[in-house]
Amino acid sequence: MNAIAVVGRATLEGLRWLGEAQLLLQRALVFIVRGRVRSGETARQMAVLGFDSVPIVFLTLASAGMVIALNTARQTVSMGMTELGPGLVAVSLARELGPVVTAVVVAARVGSAIAAELGSMKITDQVDAMRSLAVSPVEYLVVPRMVAGVVMLPVLTVLGSAAGGLGAYGIGSMQGISHQVFIRSVQRFLMASDVFGGLAKAAVFGFIISLVACHVGLRTRGGAEGVGRSTTSAVVISIVLIFLSDYFLTWILLSLTAGT
Amino acid sequence: MTQQETAIRLVDVVYDVGDKRILDGVSLRVDCGEIKAVIGLSGSGKTTILRNIVGLVRPSAGHIYVEDRDITQLSEGQMDEVRWRTALVFQGAALFDSLDVFENVAFGPRHHRRLAEDELSRLVREKLDLVGLHGIEHQMPSELSGGMQKRVAIARALAVEPRVILFDEPTAGLDPITARAFEDLIVRLRQQLGMSCLVVSHDLERLFRFVDRASLLYGGKIVATGRPAELRSSKDELVRQFVTGSVTGPIHVV
Repeated sequence: MNAIAVVGRATLEGLRWLGEAQLLLQRALVFIVRGRVRSGETARQMAVLGFDSVPIVFLTLASAGMVIALNTARQTVSMGMTELGPGLVAVSLARELGPVVTAVVVAARVGSAIAAELGSMKITDQVDAMRSLAVSPVEYLVVPRMVAGVVMLPVLTVLGSAAGGLGAYGIGSMQGISHQVFIRSVQRFLMASDVFGGLAKAAVFGFIISLVACHVGLRTRGGAEGVGRSTTSAVVISIVLIFLSDYFLTWILLSLTAGT
Repeated sequence: MTQQETAIRLVDVVYDVGDKRILDGVSLRVDCGEIKAVIGLSGSGKTTILRNIVGLVRPSAGHIYVEDRDITQLSEGQMDEVRWRTALVFQGAALFDSLDVFENVAFGPRHHRRLAEDELSRLVREKLDLVGLHGIEHQMPSELSGGMQKRVAIARALAVEPRVILFDEPTAGLDPITARAFEDLIVRLRQQLGMSCLVVSHDLERLFRFVDRASLLYGGKIVATGRPAELRSSKDELVRQFVTGSVTGPIHVV
């Protein structure tokens, strides 16, 4: 009986969370549709979210590219299918690894920072002070972060996937795969639809990260401990949603390209 | 412009959080040009009254009039016009910590009035002058003392040129001398700008020195209103206990 009550309460709490997130999204969209996007704030958020994330995205994806290159190179070379390896790596980078790893890195780095910043603004009454000065926190805080997320995640993904490609190229040449073989293989296997599909995913992930972080941040209650909780849940929730939506996005993208 | 007599009027305002009733039919009036206080125990809902007046929360029942306009049914957009006339100074100052003092004070006007940059900086300097601050425009809030932060918060509230200013515990956490300076500041704001003030506090001795009238909030209701002298000589047991700060009496404190 007690267990049912616990599950019931958790479900209600979850639904409430979703409903409020949807409301926040609606409010943000109203501002965006009306063109009320503050350019200065948005540029600042783009710099924080995008530019400052470049080194870590570069490093993680270069490593990821090296690891899958190392794994595939040995297999493909030993089976006499050397030409397959680089193309395989490039496709998996463009479709999956690039967007997903970039999103996870940004969720950890930026999502947590957004939740912590908005959370501490909330508990120190700064959000209410903003409202009392007749400035909407959705317009001033949420919209710039959301626009920055949707715009910058694809940009970072391009950089990250390129870094992964570089890493793979380095490993490939150490394994005796020549420049010509590498390029030819990539050209043969990597389609424009792979790249654009990956970028579309990245944009969705950027949206998820910024919406979740803003929502969790603005819901913060209960002092410094609450800010800590918000920071953690922003990262956890957005990473779970990134992987969940990745499945559906992959499914949608595959059915779209299957038709052509 | 017509001369109004009441700046703020609350009629039977009820405010619930979940199934807990915080305000249980509060009626209250702030006349134009008056300094009014709401006193009460910590956690009795004093701050909630202020948050209702600026529309940060909406009452569960009852009506709130700001300059004779019922604000209880206003949309968020219409409420912004009201917020332009009633400024709230938060207890913890609530300065935007990512912005410097200048940008904090300029925040309201920058987003609502199309002022040229030199007009804006004149306005900011004028408001900082009013609260007795000079040459700190480019400091960050974290570099200021608690008293200075509160002054900046008052300047930020004044920058929207409100007709009513609401103070949440303006002297809490300040040393006696700084606190005294705040009393003078509030009195001066009324004299110089003709503003109405609603001050919420539990610091009776200090309040009674400068307010015109005070209302005692207890059990979610206003149980007494009067001039400081009247409250001091009140026969009402609740008022007496609160004024004397006695532990024994009808008010039970855990």
